[in-house]
Amino acid sequence: MVVTVPKIFLERCFSLNKPNICNVLSVFPNVFPQRRSIYTVDPVDPKEPTFRKILIANRGEIACRVIKTAKRMGIKTVAVYSVADSQSLHVRMADEGVFIGESPASESYLDKTKIIDAIKLTGSEAVHPGYGFLSENAEFVEMLENEKVSFIGPSARCITGMGDKLESKRLAMAAGVNTIPGFDGIVKDADHCVDISRRIGYPVMIKASAGGGGKGMRIARNDNDAREGFKLSTQEAQSSFGDSRMLVEKFIDNPRHIEIQVLGDKHGNVIHLNERECSIQRRNQKVIEEAPSVFLDEATRKAMGEQAVSLCKKLGYSSAGTVEFLVDSNRNFYFLEMNTRLQVEHPITESITGVDLVQQMIRVAKGHKLNISQEDVKINGWAIESRVYAEDPFKNFGLPSIGRLYKYIEPNNLPGVRCDSGIQEGSEISVYYDPMICKLVCSGKDRKEAIDRSIQALDSYVIRGVTHNIPLLRDILIEKRFNSGDISTNYLPEIYPDGFKGLQLKNEETHKLLAMGSAIFATNELRRRQFLNAPKHKIYGENLDRWQLYIELNDKKFQVKVSQTNGKFVINLGEEVFEIKKTDINLAKPILKIKLNQDDEVIQLMSKNASGYYHIVYKGTTYKLYIISQRSADYLHVMPEKIKFDISKQIRSPMPGLVKSISCSIGDEVAEGQELCVIEAMKMQNSMVAQTSGRIRCINIHPGDTVGDDDILIELA
Amino acid sequence: MPTFSLNKHLLFCVRKNVENVFKTQLKYSTATHTLKVIDRIKEKRAEALLGGGQKRIDTQHKKGKLTARERITLFCDHDSFVEYDMFVEHSCTDFGMEKQKFPGDSVITGHGLVNGRPVYVFSQDFTVFGGSLSSAHATKICKIMDQAILVGAPVVGLNDSGGARIQEGVASLAGYADIFQRNVLASGVVPQISLIMGPCAGGAVYSPAITDFTFMVEDTSYLFITGPEVVKSITNEDVSQQELGGAKTHTSISGVAHKSFENDVDALLQLRNFMGFLPQSNKFPAPIRECDDPCNLDVPYLDTIIPPSSTTPYDMLDVVLSLVDERDFFEIMPKYAKNIIVGFGRMNGRTVGIVGNQPKVAAGCLDINASVKAARFVRFCDAFNLPLITLVDVPGFLPGVTQEHNGIIRHGAKLLYAYAEATVPKLTVITRKGYGGAYDVMSSKHLRGDINYCWPTAEVAVMGAKGAVTILYKGKPDIQEREAEYIDKFGSPFPAAQRGFIDDIIEPRTTRWRLCRDLDLLETKKLENPSKKHGNIPL
Repeated sequence: MVVTVPKIFLERCFSLNKPNICNVLSVFPNVFPQRRSIYTVDPVDPKEPTFRKILIANRGEIACRVIKTAKRMGIKTVAVYSVADSQSLHVRMADEGVFIGESPASESYLDKTKIIDAIKLTGSEAVHPGYGFLSENAEFVEMLENEKVSFIGPSARCITGMGDKLESKRLAMAAGVNTIPGFDGIVKDADHCVDISRRIGYPVMIKASAGGGGKGMRIARNDNDAREGFKLSTQEAQSSFGDSRMLVEKFIDNPRHIEIQVLGDKHGNVIHLNERECSIQRRNQKVIEEAPSVFLDEATRKAMGEQAVSLCKKLGYSSAGTVEFLVDSNRNFYFLEMNTRLQVEHPITESITGVDLVQQMIRVAKGHKLNISQEDVKINGWAIESRVYAEDPFKNFGLPSIGRLYKYIEPNNLPGVRCDSGIQEGSEISVYYDPMICKLVCSGKDRKEAIDRSIQALDSYVIRGVTHNIPLLRDILIEKRFNSGDISTNYLPEIYPDGFKGLQLKNEETHKLLAMGSAIFATNELRRRQFLNAPKHKIYGENLDRWQLYIELNDKKFQVKVSQTNGKFVINLGEEVFEIKKTDINLAKPILKIKLNQDDEVIQLMSKNASGYYHIVYKGTTYKLYIISQRSADYLHVMPEKIKFDISKQIRSPMPGLVKSISCSIGDEVAEGQELCVIEAMKMQNSMVAQTSGRIRCINIHPGDTVGDDDILIELA
Repeated sequence: MPTFSLNKHLLFCVRKNVENVFKTQLKYSTATHTLKVIDRIKEKRAEALLGGGQKRIDTQHKKGKLTARERITLFCDHDSFVEYDMFVEHSCTDFGMEKQKFPGDSVITGHGLVNGRPVYVFSQDFTVFGGSLSSAHATKICKIMDQAILVGAPVVGLNDSGGARIQEGVASLAGYADIFQRNVLASGVVPQISLIMGPCAGGAVYSPAITDFTFMVEDTSYLFITGPEVVKSITNEDVSQQELGGAKTHTSISGVAHKSFENDVDALLQLRNFMGFLPQSNKFPAPIRECDDPCNLDVPYLDTIIPPSSTTPYDMLDVVLSLVDERDFFEIMPKYAKNIIVGFGRMNGRTVGIVGNQPKVAAGCLDINASVKAARFVRFCDAFNLPLITLVDVPGFLPGVTQEHNGIIRHGAKLLYAYAEATVPKLTVITRKGYGGAYDVMSSKHLRGDINYCWPTAEVAVMGAKGAVTILYKGKPDIQEREAEYIDKFGSPFPAAQRGFIDDIIEPRTTRWRLCRDLDLLETKKLENPSKKHGNIPL
């Protein structure tokens, strides 16, 4: 690939008198509006009139995404930002930035008047809301209409119609769309909820009428669940949407979640851009999405598309939108809801159709007619989106983690890889917003190629400073059922009934990892004595060329022999012999590409310390290897064992968050499984329960406290 | 006279015969002797290798401790240890001691290599008389210390000793003093490191106290002047050995020890690593090790590290880790006076001493403990030619009655003295606040700082805006307006930059390569203080 270095890039470097310039990655996102032109059927028409300046009422990756297309169209962009985002990428990318308030979203991104002020201040002609925040807020759209500012999205009427789940269901039925049986009204209280649930028949889904994104949603399989679910969902809905109205409907067991992307203009034209399958979910939040779906045949696709279009036509819908369906094993599909905004997972549709959805949204908002017809929309290849989150996948498939990225390299250089992210090295993943790091979109000519490229991309993804869910993503991508396309929304609990435990290495893989670890150890030992300005003691210092190593990995012990000859490490592991070129090992490079005998392997040396602990990322998962010389290991048996504390008596915070409520006091006798407190993080309420029966000895928290990861909250006697 | 002649002949023959027999006997007897000596040497060596005997070795192991020899084996490069004085025995004849002798007595001494560089080492043997210090023991240690000073190589002590050899009485005390004297003479000439791996009590503690660094092994080592029994009888305080002088106490409360490690094996591996940061002696420059981490790149991470609000804390350790090679930083006293960070790292392979205020703890202010901690570290670096990098975010000295009454003036002056006295390359980066006298102290331009940088977030002023305005405009109504004016005037790097007190305002991301470049430049720095016997640091 020939890269012409942009002027700004050069200026940047020369003004700093830098001796040598290599760090291309950190500068690129600011400079290249679009890394590759993927919108083959959607070229920008420079003659078409468009907005002069738009404001993006959002943050993070979606703000960056919108800015990229706006730049392509020659539109000036305005970013808004809170305190926590003052140094964020989206602010740097935009032409202008307006500060709108404190870090909590309610005081900044959700504050309509502040956004309106920013629009007036900058003279923006239109607003793109992204997703979340004000994207489906009809009141906001009305305010804009009053200010004569265009909203890049549907009309307030459509948002109201589809935003309310009850209303949307009525409208869908009226448009001839298949719907799920359920209670057609608002649930009054917990008893009412149980009553309705019984009438519909368990299992049922309790969800916030104003909800979305899995928040305020719970499944109930019995009366207790229904009562509990109603309580928690109501609270969540109140804190997330400021609207605690609940509804109940039949829960379709083991369904697939398939959605249709639609696009309409203000002249009554509506087309659909095929489906996306988003069945891989945890707690109703999507993890991996793909387009197209392996499950749909041409007839079903057509039927679903037509129903979606018919609903939009009935509504008079313009802009991009998504009609979500649940599809059961017999390919019966039911209308779930319609999202009247750009979806998180829109890039996979863009990948297979070649349509720039943001560009179309902006054109439509300006009043142009769609310039693509249904016939133009084809399916070209396959695209998979893996949502890389700052989450610990070993806890409940992902509990949020926070931190600052001290090293961050996206695998953008690989073929068919598109990274939509709003962060860069040094960015902070804070408690205030969604912990998403990046949407890794990989496309290929078929599903297999898309999967292979995703795996490669994940292996070359360098994220340091926060816990992330790449281990889980990669494990799903190599899993048999996923590869055969046999997936449903219950996929995760079915594949990992006891929770995700990390990649279980095969013997062969373990040995490879040990061999590479040994080579790293040997390289480190050799370098330790490479003093460039000290006399060498050759007389009695022996040449270091062989090592007998002792390695502990996953509670297993190994003995390895390493020797170095002719620029190679030869590693003996029992009967097996591995050879690694010495130049393949570098102790500072973030990614190591190692030729191990005949195989090409990619690992990352995350950290090492003098005690002998090496953290190595191999096949997505981080392994902790304890490597010391056999000479030292011979004495390990003498070392006293460290006393371990009984942790079942301590309730620790699983993630950083806010103490919502405490439901016990000192001296209380509590039973195993009893709720002790509720921790809210990223707007999700997590009920902390006693792991064992006992008496409350001390409570270290008060409602409203901020707690860190692994803080001791409550102790039992 | 045939008879006579015969007799004479006979006599001659007899004499010859006797002589022959005698010669053979003599010959036989020297050979036996030689063989016997060789056997005795072998025997003694074998005995010496066994220390206090297998039974005591087993007891030592049961306590979770390695023997003196095992420790040396792990500490030195394979097969590199050369032992001295294996046959030295104690000379005490009282209390039946003449019957109990162990070759080598209760300490093993010699030199070995650590990652290819020579180190003198002594390892006290707890299995022989509980590692107690006899005059022979002391003489052995003194011998290697003397040689270490001559050669110019570090001395490492692996301490595991019950204390003085009471049977020897005053001779034992003399032995301690001999060691202290050499500790002092070696101070600033060769690095001295103590690793406490068992008991170290009474007068013995003063040797580690004088050495440059004292490390401890958790749970199995302790250091105190008097043990719990004596404490109980004198002050009636009930305290355990570990509470009184364990690793936790000394690394977090007293500041006697600089760091602790999990167990013997871990401690020795870590010590091997630590030695790599040190030069061999004050005659050597800062060691430069081969480096894989590029030193000509921006570190974008640093751009966003300072929070947008100037009152929000951040972790200075993050800054340190992003500056040094491969995030490899050996922190000294990580649990003591946490409002200041000190430790060793490498910049493009060259060892540097790093001092940084820690805004995360007590806003990073200087108090008594922080000043003393940093002062001693700065002096070590200066003594051994290690360049100093100082990261400044300091709101001032900590106010308060306790601080004043305990002598913050005297103790704060130590850090000031140490920085002012230091002649090694001194590089300073002000990341945020540089207020008041503390700004002067923290390696400012005025204390002969070679390169002083400011990040754009820096503000150098006499004090914070609020405090300044209350003094300047006491009783005036428009305080808030004045405060804004003050912030506008002094809340930036400009006032200092305009006066040349800082050399440049730099983008944080460029800090690493700039410092690497400056260190190369300053390699040839020559600066000498006026000749004197020694200065008089306010102790």
